Amino acid sequence: MKAVREIRVGLATCGIAAGAQAVYDAVVREVAAAELPIPVKRVGCVGMCYGEPLVEVVAADGSVNRYGHAQPGDAAGIVGDAVAGGAPAGDLAVDSDDFLGRQVRIVLENCGCIDPESLEEYRSCDGYRGLERALREMTPGEVVAEMVASGLRGRGGAGFPTGTKWSLTAKEKASPKYMICNADEGDPGAFMDRSVLEGDPHRVLEGMLIAAYAIGASLGYVYVRAEYPLAIARLKRAIADARSAGLLGERILGSDFSFDLKIKEGAGAFVCGEETALIASIEGKRGMPRRRPPYPSTSGLHGKPTCINNVETLANIPWILRRGAAAFAAYGTETSKGTKVFALAGKVKRSGLIEVPMGMTIRDIVFGIGGGIQNDGELKAVQMGGPSGGCIPASLADTPVDYEALKATGAIVGSGGMIVLDQETCMVDVARFFLDFTQKESCGKCTFCRVGTKRMLEVLERICAGHGTTADLDRMLDLGRKVKANSLCALGQTAPNPILTTAAYFRDEYAAHIDEGACPAKVCKALLHFRIDAEACRNCKLCTRQCPASAISDGDGPYQRIDPVACVRCGRCKQVCPFGAVEVTTGRATT
Amino acid sequence: MSSPGPEQDGKGDRDVGKRTPVAVGLDGRWAAFPRSPESIIPLLQEVQQREGFISEQDCARVAEHARAPMSTVFGVATFYAQFRLRRPGRHTIRVCEGTACHVLGSDRVMEACKELLGVDVGGTTADGVLTLESVRCLGCCSLSPAVMVDGVIHARVGRKEIEKIVADCRKDAS
Repeated sequence: MKAVREIRVGLATCGIAAGAQAVYDAVVREVAAAELPIPVKRVGCVGMCYGEPLVEVVAADGSVNRYGHAQPGDAAGIVGDAVAGGAPAGDLAVDSDDFLGRQVRIVLENCGCIDPESLEEYRSCDGYRGLERALREMTPGEVVAEMVASGLRGRGGAGFPTGTKWSLTAKEKASPKYMICNADEGDPGAFMDRSVLEGDPHRVLEGMLIAAYAIGASLGYVYVRAEYPLAIARLKRAIADARSAGLLGERILGSDFSFDLKIKEGAGAFVCGEETALIASIEGKRGMPRRRPPYPSTSGLHGKPTCINNVETLANIPWILRRGAAAFAAYGTETSKGTKVFALAGKVKRSGLIEVPMGMTIRDIVFGIGGGIQNDGELKAVQMGGPSGGCIPASLADTPVDYEALKATGAIVGSGGMIVLDQETCMVDVARFFLDFTQKESCGKCTFCRVGTKRMLEVLERICAGHGTTADLDRMLDLGRKVKANSLCALGQTAPNPILTTAAYFRDEYAAHIDEGACPAKVCKALLHFRIDAEACRNCKLCTRQCPASAISDGDGPYQRIDPVACVRCGRCKQVCPFGAVEVTTGRATT
Repeated sequence: MSSPGPEQDGKGDRDVGKRTPVAVGLDGRWAAFPRSPESIIPLLQEVQQREGFISEQDCARVAEHARAPMSTVFGVATFYAQFRLRRPGRHTIRVCEGTACHVLGSDRVMEACKELLGVDVGGTTADGVLTLESVRCLGCCSLSPAVMVDGVIHARVGRKEIEKIVADCRKDAS
């Protein structure tokens, strides 16, 4: 029998959604039935979402065999392989070398490797060593200096230097001071904070403890989205375990440092990712941003000095304290040090959560790690930074991901959502999608954000419906620049970015909608025309029965025809037609 | 929302608990929540968790407990997307409208839901079985398009899966 250290099953939210719980149960049953001394471990997400549900057999020498798309019925075979030393084959073989081999994992170091509900496992991977070093060997000032030297910048979106933020809060005299972890991950298309909280919650706690020690905070909050129930449950467990082990509470690890923290569940407002709005929400108010200064470092929660760091930022900190600032700064570019986690999704072959050194090009990420475009399509653009970000066209795919290089394209690093778009994606529709989001999430305080986003959305809706004019487009771009200039917080200041970038790089697509009434990607429904090719139609009437608008009827011969006026362009006829007889065209000339 | 908040009757708000002992705290479940505005959101979450939605009377009780005007509580309840002010159906389907889901066809999923349920977003079927909602992003972008049914995420759904989900919910309710 081959020596097997353990079998791991990824049980984060996404794994569970893909059916991993049943697979885990089946593997446990098989191991028990064969009376094997192999531990079966539930772990967080290793990031290979394209292979979920994922089972890993780890040999005593540390080598790993990965089984992707595993079903409960595969459990016996996997356990048999583990014993016999077999490797995954056929559908279960999942390509992981390119995906994992090109990454550098600091934040995700333990994600998918350790049991997130076990403090012992975290400690066995050098967990809380960073905190020990800080408390036993360093003054708070030295910890701040270490952070400044590392060059770490805030990973929540703005990229403000973490060391500077700490030193500003540390020098304030008022007490108590507060340390807040921003886990209100609201960007659609970003899920790294959820994954870290679900896969390695102690790491975030350790980061918070080190930060609190550095700035002199005695009380902390984790402000986490209520939509992440599993993350909240694992965080609660981690807090309870840390408290029992003397890692939270009075005189931590025998030092003079005391700190405790509470979880605050967010209630679903995107704007609460903004720090002053987040503070208002913790205080029980509507989450509306206020003017800065004073910055939270001077006057934050309850008017006291407050430091707010994002989950991913905090997850870097234990590593930096253990390995030193220089080791961290060795990764990355001149102005952007370390690594960044990206949520790679959309029309990419291998989607998932990845961590790469700052400065890797978009092309290397999409093609090297992501394996290229689904169905061997063509890369059209990459949307980065969510609703505050922008669309980077394929022609700029060699742009390195760092704060300054991305800003120069009009997009931002943001929280790290990276949505890959192909030829079937309409850029006008993407802009409309994001503006619809920011318009609904605007808190309503600033006129330009509240009304301006609404007016811009109306223009985009007109363009998508084929009623837009060139004057409309120019007015919208002008308004976009005004919304950027006249909004108080980042939500309004960045809301026009998706429009400004798509209009800059894909102007011809806007022109096609406006001048020709055509949607080249065939997405904007109002601009599509459905018709049945009389030659190809076999008159089976499947489409006629499925049409929700009763728009299909007998034609003049042995074929069906679509009434263009009654047609609601749902596309069902095209989906069900076994003969490919339904044609979709776009543009005024073809009507 | 017309019932007066605790501060509108001119008496000191410290007397609130004495004047209406029955309304406050119910069976002591609220004792752990500090009597300050900081408790408004956790209390509203507690009520919704238990009742499924927040009624006008609940808002008034939260206002009393948190020593805040009714208008403040109502303002908070309407600001955050999580809070419902109407009774939902027995099951709730939440269609993810995140970016990845959008580019992979969440609009078709939503259309299918609307058609099969005969309601718009936010609506509940006449028989009170199903509520249709949209959600900004479930954070399962690699499993797009996704929907959440009563807290359970279903991955890569299409019309067929939605038909099955709706049928299962209806069967469960009958």
